[in-house]
Amino acid sequence: MIEAVLTLGGIGLLASLGLGLAAKKFAVEQNPLIERVEQTLPGVNCGACGWAGCSAYGRAVVEEGAPVNACIPGGQETTRLIAEIMGVEASLAESYIAVLLCKGGKDEARSKFEYQGVHDCKAAVIIAGGNKGCTYGCLGLGTCERVCPFGAIRMDANGLPVVDTEKCTGCGICVDSCPKEVLLLAPRGMKVHVRCHSHDKGGKVKKLCSVGCIGCGACVRICPYDALSLDDGLAVMDYTRCRQCGLCVDQCPTQNITSLIQGQPKSHIDPGQCTGHAACEAVCPVDAISGEPGKTHTVDEDRCVGCRICCSVCPVHAITMVNEG
Amino acid sequence: MLRYTGWGGLFYLELQMSLILLFVGVVLVNNFVLARFLGICPFLGVSKQTETALGMGFAVVFVMTVASVVTWVIHQAILEPFDIEYLQTIAFILVIAALVQLVEIVMQKVSPLLYQALGIYLPLITTNCAVLGVAILNIQKQQSFLETLFFGFGASVGFTLALVLFSGLRERLALADVPKAFSGTAIALITAGLLSLAFMGFSGLVK
Repeated sequence: MIEAVLTLGGIGLLASLGLGLAAKKFAVEQNPLIERVEQTLPGVNCGACGWAGCSAYGRAVVEEGAPVNACIPGGQETTRLIAEIMGVEASLAESYIAVLLCKGGKDEARSKFEYQGVHDCKAAVIIAGGNKGCTYGCLGLGTCERVCPFGAIRMDANGLPVVDTEKCTGCGICVDSCPKEVLLLAPRGMKVHVRCHSHDKGGKVKKLCSVGCIGCGACVRICPYDALSLDDGLAVMDYTRCRQCGLCVDQCPTQNITSLIQGQPKSHIDPGQCTGHAACEAVCPVDAISGEPGKTHTVDEDRCVGCRICCSVCPVHAITMVNEG
Repeated sequence: MLRYTGWGGLFYLELQMSLILLFVGVVLVNNFVLARFLGICPFLGVSKQTETALGMGFAVVFVMTVASVVTWVIHQAILEPFDIEYLQTIAFILVIAALVQLVEIVMQKVSPLLYQALGIYLPLITTNCAVLGVAILNIQKQQSFLETLFFGFGASVGFTLALVLFSGLRERLALADVPKAFSGTAIALITAGLLSLAFMGFSGLVK
């Protein structure tokens, strides 16, 4: 027993002494800044920055002048810290979160066959593109849940992934790993999404999924900001134009467009300032404003959807948004 | 035949043909990669370019040769006399790991480019079954000190030979018109099998 301890201990001790000496003699000079930058990084090695892990990015920042705002999971805090260490101005990158472009879970979408293979979307997709009737839809076997380094995705009871917007850092690993490409990175703060990815014709979509986008174009017509367009039978959202008014949500016949807006504020016209210009009445897409020309106008709160177009056209700025209740 | 006659016998040099034959045998006839199928991981992982393959080969030559000798000494001088042969695996791995770490430290300073090129495969030499394999084979075959030295050196030279040859083949494969189903690792493994088959031609060269 004692011989074993002494032997292994002895070998270990000799080896460490030897290695210690070698490390001193063959020491490589490394810029101390690199280690300081590395310490500010999350250490997840997700690769969202575009470099091979946190160490590689740290080195790139110090030695190659890589942009200080490339770390997406680290976010604004990390950008600020790195900028401080490097002594440069920090410009904050846009923050994104992952959005699921599918609303057809077990309750809504039909299956082609019963799948009994490996419980992974990447495996399921090999077999005739997966067991979902809709070839564009989410297979619901949780590949994204497993690859997310931040634990921001959870599969719900209906077989669709739910993204936790607090934990999601927009690193994009789930987007890359989804074999159906049904996840999308949208700017954080965008609350209205077209939750469908299917380019099939309306009739086919209806047969396969009760909440799919049938390409009717109602949302395109109603959108006052031209944020929606039809692309081969699918409504596509332009996030640079969407102003979260939520009009398209009410228009969608399959209730596919989902809005995460809570407690929509409503327009309120200040009677003291209103001159009866009636520009608001003309632009209101839901005819919520009424009044006689030249006289004070009022907003019907039940009809108002809070799109804020009236606010922007009022020449005397008499309209403000107030919260409900 | 060199006889092991106690500690004094270690330095009793009488180079015989048998040592040369042992060397040739382990390089060509019983090649560690192509005949014993050890060390396939770096064989497939580092063989995409000949320069990297050569660099890896040199690292393995150093580690295997020194590891063979040091582990033999430890076995003869410590493990056997004190009846703690069961510590063979862990003690050997300890030695190999320390040697690999030494190679890493030196390489990072001397040739940072090669260090980057080898990447993860350099520390993976520690877990390379060929290195532990040669150390254990030396003990199993009850070889003498010089035999161990030549065997270890020969094994690593054989590994390097196989690796460099294979890298040459793969560099050409990269330019060939391979069917899509076979491209990548598939055709590499088939080629390795054919190379192994070719080396079978050496069998019988050394009895």
